[in-house]
Amino acid sequence: MNWFLQFLTSSIGRKVIMSLTGIFLILFLIVHLLGNLQLLHDDGGKAFNLYAKFMTTNPLVKTISYLLYLSILIHAVQGWAIWRKNRAARGAGYAVKVTRAVNTNARAASNMGWLGTVIFIFILIHLYQFWLQMKLNNLPMAEYDGKTAKDLYAIVAVAYQNLGYVVFYVVSMAVIAFHLAHGFQSAFQTLGLNHKKYTPAIRFLGRVYAIAVPALFALIPVYMYLFMN
Amino acid sequence: MKLTLKIWRQGGKYKGELVTYQLNDVNPHMSFLEMLDVLNEELIAKKESPVAFEHDCREGICGTCSMVINGYPHGPQAKTTTCQLHMRHFKDGDTIVIEPFRARAFPVVRDLVVDRAAFDRIIQAGGYISVNTGQAQDANSTPIEKDLSAHAFDAAECIGCGACVAACPNASAMLFVSAKVSHLALLPQGKPEAARRVQNMVKQMDAEGFGMCSNVTACEAECPKGISVTNIARLNREFISSEFGSETQV
Ligand code: SF4
Ligand code: FES
Repeated sequence: MNWFLQFLTSSIGRKVIMSLTGIFLILFLIVHLLGNLQLLHDDGGKAFNLYAKFMTTNPLVKTISYLLYLSILIHAVQGWAIWRKNRAARGAGYAVKVTRAVNTNARAASNMGWLGTVIFIFILIHLYQFWLQMKLNNLPMAEYDGKTAKDLYAIVAVAYQNLGYVVFYVVSMAVIAFHLAHGFQSAFQTLGLNHKKYTPAIRFLGRVYAIAVPALFALIPVYMYLFMN
Repeated sequence: MKLTLKIWRQGGKYKGELVTYQLNDVNPHMSFLEMLDVLNEELIAKKESPVAFEHDCREGICGTCSMVINGYPHGPQAKTTTCQLHMRHFKDGDTIVIEPFRARAFPVVRDLVVDRAAFDRIIQAGGYISVNTGQAQDANSTPIEKDLSAHAFDAAECIGCGACVAACPNASAMLFVSAKVSHLALLPQGKPEAARRVQNMVKQMDAEGFGMCSNVTACEAECPKGISVTNIARLNREFISSEFGSETQV
């Protein structure tokens, strides 16, 4: 077999793929969050809609977005395959089993497959609700200073008036927080980046990220539900 | 001490089930294995088959005394093998569940005994140095940086017991393999074969059907020798750099 293929299909290679796509998704979330925070501008969606237009028409951003779809798919499919293989590796299970961990959350770490599945379902619903509507041109148009943009804000604002959806969104963010609490530092360990001097900082950053980013995401629908009627 | 034991029995008349035994007079100073010896004496006296379990040194260095005690490989005591675990860490009236290490790559032979030959095959794939490293004075004349020799020594503490596999939710052997790879790769004598070694050992590890590491770190938490997951990061580094940075391909 070609050496590169052999690497990619080895246990470590497969984990490296998980790590690299994971880090890409971590970076993406920051950009996504910065975009979403513009929903809080009390301008009837102007800033948000113009931003959404830029993100869907700029050729560079568009190229990166294809990479993003690919990453989500690879991370999910590969993650699912690894999960299955790992369950099979245990064989007959234990009657009693306690999992302790060092420097990570044992519960999150041993349930990455379940957490990931919930996140994947969330992403599908999320994409259907906003992204697909935008792609299918199901949105009304808005006009700002002579420039037209699809009014994505309109459907977001409606969704966030629905208490059920807000709760679903907040719970999904909590699941993402757990996934990241382990995933962030795990991505670095898989790449071999464990160092006496830097690892404590990576772990700290991972914890801050895992709490702050999902919390800010969750804050937006809650705020809009409560204060932007 | 009075104890209720629930022990996995497999082989002979047992299809594979937890069987309950009562022990009424356990001395708290006994080791866990001595407690099982007492149970086996009673079983033999009753003409029943004794519980099969592995043991050899009984001083924490051979790594054979594998069993999962109340959900913990080698019991709940940190950095302690089963043979070094004493009954004083349990309470009078306790129920103790004892199971074999569970991994598809470690098939159960009988009761608590599992076949860990998969580890031997991983070592055979590359866990050695094939050059003559000379006599003691030759080792002393090879300068090795203090931190490196300390890390190599820490990794060399691995006794190949397999508790890391038993503890890991993925039944991954990465901690064991990383300890063996690290201990040789860090030293000058191990360097010439390092690229080939890591590829061969990982290949064998994958072929044996162990799971893939997801950095749960349960291995380090349960390892009786406290082998650190920093070795797993080193294994990943060694593997990635030997794949991308050397001409070696196994
Ligand atoms: S790394 Fe620790 S738990 Fe794993 S085989 Fe070596 S000594 Fe046993
Ligand atoms: S019997 Fe040798 S380590 Fe326990």
